[in-house]
Amino acid sequence: MSATRRNAWTGAALLAVLMVATLLPFASLFTTSLHESGTYPRGLDWPSHPHWHNFVEAFHVANMGAIFKSSVLIVIGVVPVTVLIATMAGFAIGGLRIRGGQLVFLLFLLGLTLPFEGVIVPLYYEVRGMGLLNTRWAIILPLIGLFMPFGVFWMRAHFLNMPNELSEAARVDGASTWQLFWSVHVPLARPAVVSLGILTTVWTWNQFLLAIVLVDDPTKRTMAGALGAFQGQWGTNIPLLSAGSLLILTPMIVVFFVFQRHFVAALLQGSLKG
Amino acid sequence: MTDTATSGPRSVGAPSRTSASRTLLARVRDVRLQGWLFVLPALVAYGLFVLWPIVKTFKYSLYSWDGVAPAQWVGLDNYKTVFTDHDLVGALEHAFKLIIYFSGIPVVLGLIVASIMRRVATPRLGSAARTVLFLPQVVPLVAAGIAWSWVLSTTGVVNQALSALGLGGVTRAWLGDFGTALPAVGLIGAWVLLGLCTVLLLAGMSKIDPQLYEAAQLDGAGPVREFFSITLPSLRHEIGVCVTVTVIAALSAFDIVYISTRGGPGDASMVPGLLIYQLAFFNREVGLASALAVVLMLLVLACVLPIQWLTRRGDES
Repeated sequence: MSATRRNAWTGAALLAVLMVATLLPFASLFTTSLHESGTYPRGLDWPSHPHWHNFVEAFHVANMGAIFKSSVLIVIGVVPVTVLIATMAGFAIGGLRIRGGQLVFLLFLLGLTLPFEGVIVPLYYEVRGMGLLNTRWAIILPLIGLFMPFGVFWMRAHFLNMPNELSEAARVDGASTWQLFWSVHVPLARPAVVSLGILTTVWTWNQFLLAIVLVDDPTKRTMAGALGAFQGQWGTNIPLLSAGSLLILTPMIVVFFVFQRHFVAALLQGSLKG
Repeated sequence: MTDTATSGPRSVGAPSRTSASRTLLARVRDVRLQGWLFVLPALVAYGLFVLWPIVKTFKYSLYSWDGVAPAQWVGLDNYKTVFTDHDLVGALEHAFKLIIYFSGIPVVLGLIVASIMRRVATPRLGSAARTVLFLPQVVPLVAAGIAWSWVLSTTGVVNQALSALGLGGVTRAWLGDFGTALPAVGLIGAWVLLGLCTVLLLAGMSKIDPQLYEAAQLDGAGPVREFFSITLPSLRHEIGVCVTVTVIAALSAFDIVYISTRGGPGDASMVPGLLIYQLAFFNREVGLASALAVVLMLLVLACVLPIQWLTRRGDES
């Protein structure tokens, strides 16, 4: 065997091993979820009688319908507003080049590396003061603010690369600033807007810290937050917990496979620009 | 990165078109003011839920407060506790140890995997591996934590495999053992971040000019030499991004630790993020929790800024 072929085989083998290691936790969850509820099976063990009913049971005990609805409501509350106001700000800073824009931009940059734990304590008292504790607003409003650094950063980069002649032409035609924004620039910003939408959807769906601190009722949390509560309650019933976890992580995996191209591109550009 | 270049006001309109250009200029000035209305909503949301809380975190950190009774001014005492108390210092140390797993493994392994994908793997295997390795990025960290808790448990897959290999002696509850809890948490993080780093580095490699490799081969350079003289230097920016993202993930780890160990056994895998949560909401030591939060925020900046500076120098011109 030539050296190149041997290299190819070693490489392929390493990739295969890593793929197996990546999928192993999911496989283990799956086989475990098919064992009899309440038993303590071994890690990777296909049961003689698969208990598919566990998924139905997990769906009911975790109140999955309500949790799903809650997550969707939170995403609807967060994503459109985040994308709109981030796009407006990005347009003003990167496109209109407003006076003092650089300073405002630096202010937003400050928040780009912020760990959410850094502000979670005051957020709790602030949200409580607003009387919003244990409502979905407790997650929605802070998340909009917390997504601003990345959102503005992202959209500014887009508008910075748009030719200025475009705006000038629209100006000569007598377009107002809002018309210039809404009719000329927003349609052209579609790819950047879609990427930002996908990213903030995933980040909202998977948001855990805000959910467990600010909302006690799992049916008013995000998917990830509800899963935390489910683990607390059913942590000893491994097959049921596995079934519930799989149900909760399935929607994001489906979204991933449907939008895979967008998804990888968005995350990639997202972190490259960050 | 060209987008970070400074932007001066662009010249608008040609000076020769006299009256028309003057009104255009006047309107452009007008627009600059109107532009502030466009920034305002974002600024309000950001100020209300990020800037103001940062200020409040700093303020709380100077008080002793249980969240109910009036707060007592204590100056920098909370910070003294952060840097002297055994538990708090331990949590900060753990955060740094996690960097080895969250950043070291994904970046080094990601470089190897990405090189393999580009050079030796068939396109089908390459794209399959890319999709699979990326999967952990998509699922909630909570779900990853639950799955891995099960994989690493006493009867989990890892111990099952070890027993099958005749290594039954080393099996243990990996997340429940004082010696292995933190590395086990670190490995979960590495699992999550490997795909992201691989895909990022792969994107960087596709931008390298193939002629560089041809030239190197003519000079008789082997694959190892090629990797160190061409691939690695060309990927400086991408590696910088990987390190930045993963270091932030390591220092501010919360979800995985909360789900898989709750910081245990004892404090063996306690991290700053989780400790802030416990101090503030269970021990009712809001001041101390806030001081730790301030230290954590500064620590992230102190780690990220030099990385950015090192890997972006000379990029902007």
